[in-house]
Amino acid sequence: MNASEITIADTEMREVSELVLKLSKKYGATDAELSLNRGAGLSVEVHKGQVDKLEYNRDQGLNLTVYIGQHQGSATTGDLSPQAIEDTVKAACNIAKYTGEDKYTGLADAELMLADHANNNDLDLYHPWDLNAEQAIEIAKECEAAALGFDKRIINSDGASISSYSGIGMIANTNGFTGIMPSSRHSLSCSVIGQTQGSEDMQRDYWYSTSRLHNQLDTAETVGKKSAERTLARLNGKQISTRKANILYSPEVARSIIGHFTSAIGGGSQYRKSTYLLDCVDTKVFPEFIHLHEQPHLKQAFGSSYFDKEGVATNNRNIVVDGIVQNYIMGSYSARQLGLKSTANSGGTHNLTLDTTGQSFDELLKMLGTGLYVTELIGNSVNGITGDYSRGAAGFWVENGEIQYPVEEVTVAGNLKDMLQNIVAVGNDVDLRGGTRTGSILIEGMTVAGA
Amino acid sequence: MSQSPLQQAQQQLFEPSGITESHLDKVFSQLQGADLADLYFQSTRFESWGMEEGIIKNGTYSIEQGVGVRMVVGEQTGFAYSDEISFDALTTAAKAAAGIGKAGQTGRVQAWQANTPAKINPLYSVDNPLAALTEDEKIALLNLADKEARAASPYVTQVMANIAGVHEHILIADIEGNLNADIRPLVRMNITVIVEKDGKRESAGTGGGGRYGFDYFTQADRVRDYANEAVRLALVNLDAVPAPAGSQTVVLGSGWPGILLHEAIGHGLEGDFNRKGTSAFSGRVGETVAAKGVTVVDDGTLENRRGSLSIDDEGTQTNCTTLIENGVLKGYMQDKLNAKLMGEQSTGNGRRESYAHLPMPRMTNTYMLPGNDDPEEILASVKNGLYAVNFGGGQVDITSGKFVFSASEAYLIENGKITQPVKGATLIGNGPDVLTRVSMIGNDLKLDAGVGVCGKAGQSVPVGVGQPTLKIDGLTVGGTEA
Repeated sequence: MNASEITIADTEMREVSELVLKLSKKYGATDAELSLNRGAGLSVEVHKGQVDKLEYNRDQGLNLTVYIGQHQGSATTGDLSPQAIEDTVKAACNIAKYTGEDKYTGLADAELMLADHANNNDLDLYHPWDLNAEQAIEIAKECEAAALGFDKRIINSDGASISSYSGIGMIANTNGFTGIMPSSRHSLSCSVIGQTQGSEDMQRDYWYSTSRLHNQLDTAETVGKKSAERTLARLNGKQISTRKANILYSPEVARSIIGHFTSAIGGGSQYRKSTYLLDCVDTKVFPEFIHLHEQPHLKQAFGSSYFDKEGVATNNRNIVVDGIVQNYIMGSYSARQLGLKSTANSGGTHNLTLDTTGQSFDELLKMLGTGLYVTELIGNSVNGITGDYSRGAAGFWVENGEIQYPVEEVTVAGNLKDMLQNIVAVGNDVDLRGGTRTGSILIEGMTVAGA
Repeated sequence: MSQSPLQQAQQQLFEPSGITESHLDKVFSQLQGADLADLYFQSTRFESWGMEEGIIKNGTYSIEQGVGVRMVVGEQTGFAYSDEISFDALTTAAKAAAGIGKAGQTGRVQAWQANTPAKINPLYSVDNPLAALTEDEKIALLNLADKEARAASPYVTQVMANIAGVHEHILIADIEGNLNADIRPLVRMNITVIVEKDGKRESAGTGGGGRYGFDYFTQADRVRDYANEAVRLALVNLDAVPAPAGSQTVVLGSGWPGILLHEAIGHGLEGDFNRKGTSAFSGRVGETVAAKGVTVVDDGTLENRRGSLSIDDEGTQTNCTTLIENGVLKGYMQDKLNAKLMGEQSTGNGRRESYAHLPMPRMTNTYMLPGNDDPEEILASVKNGLYAVNFGGGQVDITSGKFVFSASEAYLIENGKITQPVKGATLIGNGPDVLTRVSMIGNDLKLDAGVGVCGKAGQSVPVGVGQPTLKIDGLTVGGTEA
């Protein structure tokens, strides 16, 4: 969506929002909150030099929650005609007549909300790309060609794709809060297949680049070559025997370790007592050199916003200092259950950074000495209540700080409580492509199962 | 006489916006030159209710509708969609989708006209599943779940229960003149409990459902069975010891462990991966990929099953497709596009998440036919191994064939006897050879309870799995006890 379409959408969404909140009151709601979104995009996938798919996306939606006293009801619709809007409001209000009384439910506390009319414009998150189908096809073809031409062992393609999406979101509630969120996201990715001549073993890997600004994407050639290099590195992998080992997680997969931690300190897990880190504020769950913080106002970042899904103002905050948990990750509901205040995390976190302990990737390999360098995880056997962790993995066996050969068809297992305590280092090779920023993570004392 | 599904779907999807055959004719005239082109009209009503701490905490109702326009020329697909069903929206979407074709196609003489619809035997009722119970009755179900779970054990500290239902109307018009409709019900119930005993906590969940109305859950003590099963599972896991690590003889229970088939071979046999040569099974039809006695089918024709469809999302009637017969790879699951390019027929496996997604070959209900072995004898034949009966999710790398699935209820087998429960662990194997290590096949084929969701290329669809008890000589178990 270009700037003038965004302006039109902004105006129309404000009208819809006003109508929905008014109708909600009319049908008996004491309070209501909504989110609206509208966006458009283009994506192209090529396979072996030919267009495989050309897709145009155009989405819109309304998500409404109403409160009748302490009773809650929700409804959503993708149809924003006046009739559908009225039906949606009625449906939500009807549901609230049947839900039970819940003393913790309701809008966020008014004093925590950002003042009336908030928008994320200053965060520089909206950079539309006037990309037409021909240009998109050209870039995707160039990307795939760079991968296919990289080495004769690259025998096939699983496709190169490019996508560009931009749109606007809005949050509003009957406390008078309205927040506007224009944003864009552009991505370029490539996945290719390698095979050594005479071998039946085929391997696939991929690489991608993503940014809110199209001119910050890696070049088509870079993405293509990187996908080919990663695929080639995996050829002729073997299963190692079962053993205890230290594990180095690459930044792409290290992010998931932080994810397991943040879900354990999520307000929902805490009040349901469904976490292996129960009542852990002021407890040392990591070594003292671990610091994790949230930076919601980083310009152009994927997780940035001045307010959360309930309109609560976001702020920079420390989540872990010197290995000690400072606070949970909560929206209003779970905060009230716990007798605490919202941390502005309704809808998730806003740019988490795990501070590096300063080592480069090569230094981490030396620190690992002998062990498994994991670059891919599949499956998810993680028990959030006990912390028991077991996942399929692929990567490389390392000896004397040097990569020896690719490894596949193994699992890595441990208990997250121990794993967090046994972190030895966090690399400076940070992956900036997601809402959680971390370098490689080295963890001691896990079990690798294989042959 | 009641209306046919086609008449009902037309009433729901065409009448409000006045869409007529002559409109469809004009839209298809924009898609001339297509090897394949279709319009997928859909309206969805979704409803869910959730209970926690004995309180009905939330409910959601959702209204979605739209139309997807697809044009295929050779191997190339153009696609656009609109959340508005109108002639104008169709024209705009068709123009965008036609961007894939060559401009200025001519040579069309006949106007688009709907063919006489093929006779289709519906596998489920056209009745609105959401209206099968009143709001009060739906809430009573959730309260019953809470009561039954708490009655099952004094160690239960939390009960979370959820019901969800969908009522879909679908109309598919293709450029050949076929106009097919389907009206699909789908309901699901999940119960999750947390138990606490001697300072240890565990949780477990169960559920079930299918292409029924919400009243399915008021029958046959289903809610009590789900609640008891969730509590039983959580209590078993309280006593679980660390799982072994390394290659083990694994006995898989019947039913839901059939997720093995879905991950290890199912995805690898989907037509798109094989047309492109990216699957570890590419070009292997006719080869032995499993032990003698192993026969695996994908069957979309079972009445009321979660993975079943009267017609797929391209209007093709579903089939029971043999994937592996007595150990030999027989064929792939196909949608129209991949079947055409591979010189085959669609097997009725063309599925899509919604009008806003492109169809592709997907599984329906994938299961292994029963063998002759007594499950008791299978267990008794194992000196040391793992007996895995419940699973969470799974995942596969199509190209390397490596797959995982996560055991959530498993026991050690020692000297032919089930002994201690072990903690959840990932099992990992290689798709093209895991079934060659099947050494015993039970006579107890069972299908799952009806909660499966399969994800592929960002699209989720409901599926089913099943199998008899199986003995596999050598599968890597991802425990911590090295």
